Amino acid sequence: MNIAEVRNLKKTYLLGETSVEVLKDISLSFEEGDYAAIMGPSGSGKSTLLNLLGCLDRPSAGTYLLGGIDISRLSDDALSEIRSERIGFVFQSYNLISQLSVIENIEVPLFYQGRSPQECHRRSLELVEMVGLGQRAKHRQGELSGGERQRVAIARALANDPLIILADEPTGNLDSARGKEILNLMDMLNRQGKTIIMVTHEDKVAARAKRIVRLKDGYLEE
Amino acid sequence: MVSFRIVRMIKLGIKSLILHKLRSALTVLGIIFGVSSVIAMLSIGEGASWEAQKMIRILGSSNIIIKSVKPPDNKNASTGRTFVVEYGLTYDDAKRIASTIPSVKAVVPMRNIRQDMRYRHRLAEGQVIGTVPWYPDISNFRVSRGRFLTFTDMHKSANVCVLGAGIAKKLFAYEDPLGKEIKIGSDYYRVVGIMQNRGGTNARGGSNITVDEYNFNVYIPLTTARRRFGELIVRRQSGSFNMERIQLHQINVRVASPELVPATAKVIQNLLERFHKKKDFKLIIPLELLRQAEQTKRIFNVVLGSIAAISLLVGGIGIMNIMLASVTERTREIGIRRALGAKKKDIVTQFLVETVVLSAGGGLLGVVFGVTIPFLVSHFAKMKTIITPWSLILAFSISAAIGIIFGLYPARKAANMDPIEALRHE
Ligand SMILES: Nc1ncnc2c1ncn2[C@@H]1O[C@H](COP(=O)(O)OP(=O)(O)OP(=O)(O)O)[C@@H](O)[C@H]1O
Ligand SMILES: [Mg+2]
Repeated sequence: MNIAEVRNLKKTYLLGETSVEVLKDISLSFEEGDYAAIMGPSGSGKSTLLNLLGCLDRPSAGTYLLGGIDISRLSDDALSEIRSERIGFVFQSYNLISQLSVIENIEVPLFYQGRSPQECHRRSLELVEMVGLGQRAKHRQGELSGGERQRVAIARALANDPLIILADEPTGNLDSARGKEILNLMDMLNRQGKTIIMVTHEDKVAARAKRIVRLKDGYLEE
Repeated sequence: MVSFRIVRMIKLGIKSLILHKLRSALTVLGIIFGVSSVIAMLSIGEGASWEAQKMIRILGSSNIIIKSVKPPDNKNASTGRTFVVEYGLTYDDAKRIASTIPSVKAVVPMRNIRQDMRYRHRLAEGQVIGTVPWYPDISNFRVSRGRFLTFTDMHKSANVCVLGAGIAKKLFAYEDPLGKEIKIGSDYYRVVGIMQNRGGTNARGGSNITVDEYNFNVYIPLTTARRRFGELIVRRQSGSFNMERIQLHQINVRVASPELVPATAKVIQNLLERFHKKKDFKLIIPLELLRQAEQTKRIFNVVLGSIAAISLLVGGIGIMNIMLASVTERTREIGIRRALGAKKKDIVTQFLVETVVLSAGGGLLGVVFGVTIPFLVSHFAKMKTIITPWSLILAFSISAAIGIIFGLYPARKAANMDPIEALRHE
């Protein structure tokens, strides 16, 4: 069953007078339990595609069905709600909120779902244990290594039990050993049934995925 | 559910404000000044009207008080020789006012003489007031024990007196004054009554009129006063004797109703001017005091109101400025929150809560300072101030409102940022 499907997707950026067509005609679908790597040269639009899949942005043309809902016509609030309910983001630069502790960072998506404080706390404790950072729950990001930060970010992405996890070069800032730990974590999540879409430009990383999607000049070559 | 979110937001707001303690403290200075000026302004205004109302209660709203004043043009009084200045209200004035003006209901003439009084070895200084039996009726002032002066006392020029509460206490600590004899000047007077306790006021509301120290008055019949003390008052002044001849120091006039007071005052003024060549009397109209108090209040409202308005405006702009800086600083955080599911209104709320916490915190400090300013004003400027609870609530609400008004723009700016741009922000 397809949980995410894009048809004839276009994304154009307007830069003053000129417009840049970053994504020209993308049709693509992901099944439940999929593990896809998006590859392509720098500037080919990988992040742009991922942001569209993550409902952070709306396509210029084409449709995007997520869990059966066409999101290209939704309001800003409705998109926020979809992100809150169905999407888990992992970024290259971790993007933890610096003044919050590990546990508070993991609680953020739960907070926006309107969960009670007790529930937020219970769930985030569970997750911080799962990524092996139970001892660091009260620490701030400044006291954590890159690998640890990324594990916190993954725990946070899992907090709302999302339909898809979207990861934009999650190992890009890590050495290969730390990167491997992160990828092992991703593998485990996929084995548990999570759908994962990951942007990378390392073949070794992409090799872990079940399928590879290649972007070039705004088109797909699979 | 909503309440726990707000609590959470407030905690978050306090947290990020504490992160920049000095910055936050400097930002709220304007709010602190503004809020404390609002409270000071309202308390001074409130105090001024309270004083005026108290004066009116004491003096009577349908009374006109005429006082003898020393005319300013007595430069011809050459130093070194004895010279008698004759001025002031006369018995004839009192009679004329009583008999010719229909709206006048009663006239109370008074002679005031400062004297030492003695009871055995105890000594007190007070004001001897020679007056008439109906004095208490028009002064809203009552005898608490014994009786007031009577017509018989007047006819006989009897040596009787009624003591003010303060002087009674001073001369007769534990004894019952009634029936005892006290010495005033060179004569003995029998105490026949004691007045109820009534203090004066220290009103300064623009007028320099103060109410007599009622509690230290001693009342004797006017006829007795005239006979015993005469009309000549001798003052020793820089080596020369200064003598004044005054018949009456004061005439209290009760008018039929408060509405007739201004017109009657005018008639009295004209009447007296016909018989007084010198400007040796003045009229005090208690209702007028209220107008003066209102004027004082207006002046303070304008001065302190402008300070408050400017401080609050500057404070508000300061808050807006800081919040704009904070929004820029935290662009990345905003992007992250949006990616994790925050709606625009969640971001607006977050920043608004932060500004309101900031301005309300300043407001709270302002209330603390605002409560102390009136204390200092009453202490140093001897002005009555009254802090009402609603003025505190009003001032505090203003500070919170400032937070909302000036926080709205930065908060909306934060919420309207493009999440992707915000995430990319370095
Ligand atoms: N907001 C924007 N306005 C204009 N152009 C944009 C905008 N965002 C992205 N682009 C352009 O779109 C193209 C694709 O950007 P994108 O970030 O998706 O590339 P990428 O494949 O993720 O590259 P990298 O591997 O370096 O991360 C780039 O040429 C970029 O300049
Ligand atoms: Mg990219």
